Amino acid sequence: MNISASMQVPLYRLAHGRTGDKGNRSNISVIAYHPALWPVIAQQVTAERVAAHFAARAPSHVARHVLPQLQAMNFVLDEVLEGGVNSALNLDTHGKALAFDLLQMQVLLPADLLIHCKGPQELPKFR
Amino acid sequence: MATPTSDISSARWPVGPAPSTPRGALLVGCGAGFSGDRTDAARPVVDALMAAREPAVLIFETLAERTLALAQLARERDPAAGFEPLLADLLRPVLADCLAHGIRIVSNFGAANPAGAAACIAALAAELGLRVPRMALVQGDDLMGEEHRAALQQACGDEWPTARVVSANAYIGAQPIALALEQGAEIVIAGRVADPALVLGPAAAWHGWAWDDWDLLARGTMAGHLLECGSQVSGGYFADPGYKDVPDLAHVGFPIARIEADGRCTIGKPAGTGGVINSQTVKEQLLYEVHDPAAYLTPDVVADISQAMVTEVGPDLVRLDGVRGHARPSHLKVNVCSERGWLAEAEISYAGAHALARAQLARQVIGTRLAGQGLLRCDFIGVTSVLGDDHGRWLDHLPAESSAMRDVRVRWAWEQPTARAAEVLLREVNALYTCGPGGGGGVRTQLRSRLSTVSCLIARDSVECGWRWWRAAGEGA
Repeated sequence: MNISASMQVPLYRLAHGRTGDKGNRSNISVIAYHPALWPVIAQQVTAERVAAHFAARAPSHVARHVLPQLQAMNFVLDEVLEGGVNSALNLDTHGKALAFDLLQMQVLLPADLLIHCKGPQELPKFR
Repeated sequence: MATPTSDISSARWPVGPAPSTPRGALLVGCGAGFSGDRTDAARPVVDALMAAREPAVLIFETLAERTLALAQLARERDPAAGFEPLLADLLRPVLADCLAHGIRIVSNFGAANPAGAAACIAALAAELGLRVPRMALVQGDDLMGEEHRAALQQACGDEWPTARVVSANAYIGAQPIALALEQGAEIVIAGRVADPALVLGPAAAWHGWAWDDWDLLARGTMAGHLLECGSQVSGGYFADPGYKDVPDLAHVGFPIARIEADGRCTIGKPAGTGGVINSQTVKEQLLYEVHDPAAYLTPDVVADISQAMVTEVGPDLVRLDGVRGHARPSHLKVNVCSERGWLAEAEISYAGAHALARAQLARQVIGTRLAGQGLLRCDFIGVTSVLGDDHGRWLDHLPAESSAMRDVRVRWAWEQPTARAAEVLLREVNALYTCGPGGGGGVRTQLRSRLSTVSCLIARDSVECGWRWWRAAGEGA
């Protein structure tokens, strides 16, 4: 990858996703908007980075399941829902917001793939 | 509409097992995806099923993990209650047409009292001037009886609740539903069946699938998985303006699956409704609440979507294929719900100059007053309502002062074993009106009892599942 021709973009420009919950376990799908974006996502959105992203909630384990034919992956985060729907003190007892939180992760995108991204086509500005 | 006759209803789907020659597709529409879903959603679905003039089923999925425990508590208070509270509202708009056009209804809206649900439907039919439908009750999921207690305690081990058990239900499979439909049930009323069984049951009955043909059972199961959350596959719970736009979300259409004899399914929705069905909506729902995609566990089959394909085949029309299946698990999942303490929640707002500093001081005051009495969660709504953490690490790292955070609603949540103990938080937050930082306003408090759920696995053959006809009281068994 030519770093000079790459740019930092938020994952929500490359992918969408949804959170599901069972007990104290959350699953988060990450689905590429375009097949050309899939290799970037598969390479950079790793179980390690997802665990780091949710460090404040201290998941005991993060597994990543990859579905290349759907250009999708499924993360399973154990003990991340502060007890889950019956016992969490969080207003969002299901953790419904977690997928959109994950989509704020930054990824390094080769500039020529920007045309496949969602959102405004001008260069995004970041802090 | 005139009172329907059974001749009309049996024309599309004759009584008896499926013939050995393959049948055409079965249409399965979804009218609700959870308890509390829209009650006007089923009407356009039934209109589409009527227009299709093909064998058709309407499902309502109305049970979440906790719903059954709440239903058991409702039944304790009133023996006639304990089924879906919105049952009559869900069925009133569509019951006459479903009976007249042979559209079978399959649902878990029986919850903790399937017979009570049937009585409610019979009363609704009378109110609407209709005959009493042929109704089947699915049984076997309720394991509250004393005879199951020892096995459940053993299966739960250390996790067996110390507080009073409120409900214990096995997730049972699709076979009783299929058998009842074969025998001509117009409405099948279940409690805790696995959600996708509401679709697999009709599909297996219509197509005559064998209960060990794992690929077919898995395909019917994943069709059910796509339908079971209502509009979550057709544009509901999907929209992200500018990124994932959904037309007319206010009138989102609920899904209809066309399930072929080989198990392939195509998901669509009624013409003229809002929402969207595309590969994105279907992929999101396909993976919803799935853990290992190669092993989605259900009572009927272990479904495998690791090679599944999603294809847009027309406007708002997506085909799912490539689903495989593996032999069903030897054990069934059981959820045991018990009583569990009380949740106290209280909120107050600080706005204007130095809002954040005053909110932090309020947090400190309440934290000091309730120190050492269990986990006290605090959120600053307007800054973070759900992304913070139980231990306040997120709030600890906020700046001391921020002009961007000029309107902060402080929220506390606290669990205590008794209502009397939990009320202390409500009084302390209320007292911030005069004893807290300056300018706090809008105190709201609430106190709720809570439930706890543990899951365990018990051997399949220790659960006796089946179905029976419903008969009105006084008609005899």
